[in-house]
Amino acid sequence: MATEVEVPKAIAMADFKGKVDPDWCPGCGDFGVLAAVQKALVELQIPKHQVATISGIGCSSNFPGFIDTYGMHTLHGRSLAVATGMKLANHEMTVLVTGGDGDGFGIGGNHFMHTMRRNVDLLYLVMDNQIYGLTTGQTSPTSRLGMKTKSMPFGNIENPINPISIALAAGATFVARGFSADQKHLVELIKLGIEHKGFSFIDVFSPCVTYNHDNTFQWFRPRVKKLEENPDYDPTDWGAAMEKSLMWGDEIPIGRFFERTDLPTLHGADPVLKAGPLVHQENRLPPDVAQSFIDELM
Amino acid sequence: MRQSFAIGIGGAAGQGVATPGDIFAKIFSRRGLHLNAYNAYQSIIRGGHTFLTIRTGPDKVSNVGDRIDLLVPLNQDTMDRHLRLLSAGGACLYNSDSIKPGVPAAGVQMCPIPVSKLADISRNKVAQNTLAIGAGLSMMGVGFAALESVLAEQFRKKEQAVIDENVSLARAGYDYASQNFTPFAWPLPMTETRYAVLSGNAALAMGGAAAGVKFYSAYPMSPSTGVLHWMADHGRKANIMVRQVEDEIGVINMAIGAAHAGVRAMCATSGGGFALMSEALGLAAQAEIPIVVIDCQRAGPSTGVPTKTEQGDLWQMLGAAFGDYPRVIAAPLDIGDCFTLIPEIFNIADRFQCPAIVLCDLLLSEGRLSVDPKVLDFYPAIDRGEFITSNGSGAHQPYKRYKITESGVSPRVIPGVPGHTHVVSSDEHDEDGVLISDEYTNTTKRRAMMEKRMRKVDGIEASVPPPKLHGPADAEVTLIGWGSTHGVIHEACELLADQGISANHLPIRWLVPLHGDTILDLLKDARRTIIIENNFSGQFARYLRSETSFVPNGHIRKYDGEPFLPHHIVESVKEQLAGKTKLSVPTHEIMV
Repeated sequence: MATEVEVPKAIAMADFKGKVDPDWCPGCGDFGVLAAVQKALVELQIPKHQVATISGIGCSSNFPGFIDTYGMHTLHGRSLAVATGMKLANHEMTVLVTGGDGDGFGIGGNHFMHTMRRNVDLLYLVMDNQIYGLTTGQTSPTSRLGMKTKSMPFGNIENPINPISIALAAGATFVARGFSADQKHLVELIKLGIEHKGFSFIDVFSPCVTYNHDNTFQWFRPRVKKLEENPDYDPTDWGAAMEKSLMWGDEIPIGRFFERTDLPTLHGADPVLKAGPLVHQENRLPPDVAQSFIDELM
Repeated sequence: MRQSFAIGIGGAAGQGVATPGDIFAKIFSRRGLHLNAYNAYQSIIRGGHTFLTIRTGPDKVSNVGDRIDLLVPLNQDTMDRHLRLLSAGGACLYNSDSIKPGVPAAGVQMCPIPVSKLADISRNKVAQNTLAIGAGLSMMGVGFAALESVLAEQFRKKEQAVIDENVSLARAGYDYASQNFTPFAWPLPMTETRYAVLSGNAALAMGGAAAGVKFYSAYPMSPSTGVLHWMADHGRKANIMVRQVEDEIGVINMAIGAAHAGVRAMCATSGGGFALMSEALGLAAQAEIPIVVIDCQRAGPSTGVPTKTEQGDLWQMLGAAFGDYPRVIAAPLDIGDCFTLIPEIFNIADRFQCPAIVLCDLLLSEGRLSVDPKVLDFYPAIDRGEFITSNGSGAHQPYKRYKITESGVSPRVIPGVPGHTHVVSSDEHDEDGVLISDEYTNTTKRRAMMEKRMRKVDGIEASVPPPKLHGPADAEVTLIGWGSTHGVIHEACELLADQGISANHLPIRWLVPLHGDTILDLLKDARRTIIIENNFSGQFARYLRSETSFVPNGHIRKYDGEPFLPHHIVESVKEQLAGKTKLSVPTHEIMV
């Protein structure tokens, strides 16, 4: 009798379909990001139980509920801290962190900076719509100067931050920008980001169709220009990346700004993980180690 | 009355108060003596004033006591401030080159050491300390060999010449004292027992290692930093990941992430750091992720008195994070208990998938105690609760992370196990983890989920032992305390008994669950009840009243930054028994 070998079923889009459908406003940029993440996971053939999708709070942070993985919907601004703990405790998981500009650059700004310098091996996708949506339209850290919102009805008098420059300065080892409406390009960036060993940051223009009437799909479309279309652009050149990150106006670069692969990841640098993922390690001390701790005190 | 001997060493920060303390502690514990040490210090790295008290004796020494037998002032300031602590039989060893003696009480022996005649002070800046250690031990009747071996250990990382120099200095002090000073009336005894000497912070950290903690995160904050230091020093050997994080918000969220991944995760802080953590405590409760947070209380509010002790964070713990959720709060009774409590509370946190808080304080965290090494059991029971770690045959009902159960506990799964993907959430959710926070008609689901979580409270209460009353049942007065006051109240009861006043003691270790009915039952026949706590407003008294309607006859409170000493309690009890007051606030005599 011939032995039947079960051929593993290829991982398909349907595998990643969440328990509920997204409740984002019709036309929201986040739909494109969700589809791009699902597509990237399918193309990389990563089983869903090996993926953790972790978010903060906000419209885009409802993301983990709309994709079937090990999801975690944490506190406003805290997704990167939670994700770091999760990755360090089980570094075999592919960890995706999703959220918005308010969540990541406002309330979570401190964790953003420190997670980058630590080179935690995860992909951080910010659905940047330059507005607070779930709280019905207030100024965000990326809202443009002069933009009128419910919290600054006479126009924003505070300069917006530049997430790409900040990421480069903080030592992120993969820095990219995508556009929700350019799905094919975004899928490629997400795949690169997942495969990058270290902290990958993708700032995605994901327009808010309800509250941001300035930075709309129509506004972005003629402006975004892919770095990949420039054969001379070298994404290993940090200085060039910094220079490109400052471009804003008639031409806004998207694509992979920067990548370096020579730095160890945080989990790779800690010798405690040589014995394998923490979660699979023995939790009892070897008797000689326990005894040595007591002997020190005698 | 129990026999004990106490040394006070004072000086400016940076003058080397700690080293003589460590040397005395080692010699006492190796002599088979118990000891308790407490350092009163300022938030200053160099200068200021530091006063270390070490008390030793053949029986358990639960606090630093009321009496100093030997005072070693390393500077004039210490002589001026503390000489008055000595009474008949006591002695003061000081550098007669640089310190002018004060006027001692009758019967106090003043012992000047001519340091420049005995040592080359141009080369050795701390010569006076080593001479004083030698002299002190000679007067205590301790043989020189013990000191020689401890000095060799203390300076083992230095070259032999340094060891030799220190040994000969100590010898000079030892011999000078035996020729010139009168030994103490009570030579220190010896026993065959050997004790480990450790701080509460080391005990908390080691308790974590024993409990199987694999992830420890912290931000430096006095007086909890010692836990981080122990973990950082030993983490690689113990295979514990130790991370210093950007702030306490990051600390607890990182710990929650690690705990969700399936490891035991712990963090420690003080009141200010805990305030930053409180929102995430609610996340752990709502997402049902077990974590243990240690709060080493210091005197507050705000930056408060960073180097001083207080029991002022109880209400912060009771009210931490908004909304109703099951939590566990326990206060270790002494430094040994800092170790034993951690595995116990982890088992509760894991079984009931909720946050647990250890309410320690500076007195225990930074104090030192001799502990029988058997107490430091690195193999306690570990109960991870209902925990799915594999997909088994793969055939199972669709997994529901928040399945409604009678106990309120829904089996957890290690993320990574096939067939069990789900979302955990800070938002209210349904049994399968789907958010219901935004549903139009969700009152039934919300109520069911709230009741599921809160049902865990009954299970937690049944898993935690109720408090016990210690001492004579018909005592004249019942002293009620919680956490770190255990030792000093115990000694106060003994001192009261010596004075013909029978007292018993109700120490509270588990604050939530409190076992209020048991407490009422234990106190129903009490003749007079006094609640003792290291805070201004009687936080425990107010909590006990809110849970049980119990109102005690009196209170003893202290909120000056220093811990209670036995006589504070004895004198307060006596004034209350005499009907003078219902609220005693004893004055601390040692001014630091």
